[in-house]
Amino acid sequence: MTIAPTKAPAEKGVHLVVRSWRNYVVYVGFVVVFLYFAATQGANFLSGTTLVNIVTQATPITIMAVGTVFVLSLGEIDLSIGSTVALAALTAAVTLQVAGAWWIAALAGLAVGAVVGLVNGVFVTLVRLPSFLVTLATMGLVAGLAQQITNLQSVPVTDEAFGWIFGGGTLLGVPILIWWSAVAAAIGWHVLRQRRFGAHVLAVGNNASAARVSGIKVTRVRIAVFMLSGMTAALAGLLYAGRLAGATYTLGTTDLMSVLAAVIVGGTALTGGRASMIGAVVGSLFMSMINYGLLLAGLTVAQQEIVRGVIILIAVSLSLRGKKGS
Amino acid sequence: MNPLSLSGISKHFGGIVAIERFDLEVESGEVVALVGDNGAGKSTLVKIISGVHQPTDGEIRLAGERVAFRDASDARSNGVEVVYQDLALVDLQPVYMNLFLGRELRRKPFGLLDRAEMARQTQQLVDDLDVRIPTAKATLSDLSGGQRQAIAIARATHWASRLVLMDEPTAALGVAETAKVEELILKLKARGAAVLVVSHNMEQVFRIADRVTVLRRGRQVGTRRVAETSHNELVSMITGLSS
Repeated sequence: MTIAPTKAPAEKGVHLVVRSWRNYVVYVGFVVVFLYFAATQGANFLSGTTLVNIVTQATPITIMAVGTVFVLSLGEIDLSIGSTVALAALTAAVTLQVAGAWWIAALAGLAVGAVVGLVNGVFVTLVRLPSFLVTLATMGLVAGLAQQITNLQSVPVTDEAFGWIFGGGTLLGVPILIWWSAVAAAIGWHVLRQRRFGAHVLAVGNNASAARVSGIKVTRVRIAVFMLSGMTAALAGLLYAGRLAGATYTLGTTDLMSVLAAVIVGGTALTGGRASMIGAVVGSLFMSMINYGLLLAGLTVAQQEIVRGVIILIAVSLSLRGKKGS
Repeated sequence: MNPLSLSGISKHFGGIVAIERFDLEVESGEVVALVGDNGAGKSTLVKIISGVHQPTDGEIRLAGERVAFRDASDARSNGVEVVYQDLALVDLQPVYMNLFLGRELRRKPFGLLDRAEMARQTQQLVDDLDVRIPTAKATLSDLSGGQRQAIAIARATHWASRLVLMDEPTAALGVAETAKVEELILKLKARGAAVLVVSHNMEQVFRIADRVTVLRRGRQVGTRRVAETSHNELVSMITGLSS
């Protein structure tokens, strides 16, 4: 914590290099894994379709990563995002069948995310429970609701506009999913770095009592961040429903680990107060690239999971090791 | 009109009397020390003036105007700033963000944070106060404890229009760092601020204060000009034992 003011400049220089090296783990890892797959898979991996696929496959993860950066910046965690994906997707798909208009379905899906986030936020702030427990409980609750509302049945999405906006559309020659990723990342970065709200989130995560005596509305900031997180999960659900032309209760169930890994590898501290939006986005592309590369390498699903787990462990260790005390 | 005027301040917590009829005037450019044993009610009094607690009885006047604060933000917007011993700062943020915490400057027309302007004003302030830090853009955790407390005091100086309260500002600091912070307090005084400082350290009281007021078990034992009292007299006032 404390560094003596008389500390030699050289020593401080080393300290800074070590610290910033950890912040760049994700970029280095990205390049290394990219080169590895490029070398072993060759043209297969380097084709334009593959690279576009890596980004579009990553889109739901990227969008949830944006929300999760804010949650971790607060020093909290949101485990309910995975099941919110399914509930929001199913809600949107069912609404689409009933109401018919894509935008009503989209709003309904997003509203589900906002409500889940509000419940999380209220229990964390007003009931003062640890977010780990609250969101563990809502994770199960929301997953149960997702299975309940359609009785485990999948719901097809046939609406053309919905499918274009949240799935297969292209705008100016670029797949719409890439636009979604880019816009979410840009807004996330803007709010975190250039808005008062972002500064307040980081302040609350760093030292909540200091934030409070400085006049920051701590409770309001926390609830807003959980709602934001729920809504990014809901948006991810809409994007799954659009891309897969249907919704089912299993959507998003394995995404929690990928999102957390992407954000942590990207340099956002679990302890709050320190965040990197760009790192999180690169982290989500990194996770997607690993998935895709393993698939191309012809590994079975079980083998993919094992290798992915090992890679996540290594990457997270490299980016977190020694950070606790600083 | 004095920046701070307290008359008949009492505070009861249930049946417990924390403060009993406390009176004090603090003038511009004056440092008043508040001393007393643990549990004498010093921090309670600071919390009353800064709006954290509401007095059970009595009057707080700022520049002659009667005030009743709902909370700490309310007191702050009336020009009362507090420096806490446990540094109410965010150490992963740059110095300038700490100075403007909760009151960040924004740029028209889109309301973006104006980091450049905040850094510029901070640099000017620390230069004026002769606080030696590498730059206003330095991350707080890279500074020493003394430098950080100096930033907290600089923040109070920047925002206080009337009164700065300090609750044991040097309790966590070493000798050299304490000296720097005391220098800063005297600079505040030279700029015409009214300063009320809680201190446990008798030598410090004699070094920086103009007057000293003593609390014992919630009662105000007396107020003395520092020039007209002695270490022994203060100790006997604090403990209640005649020396």
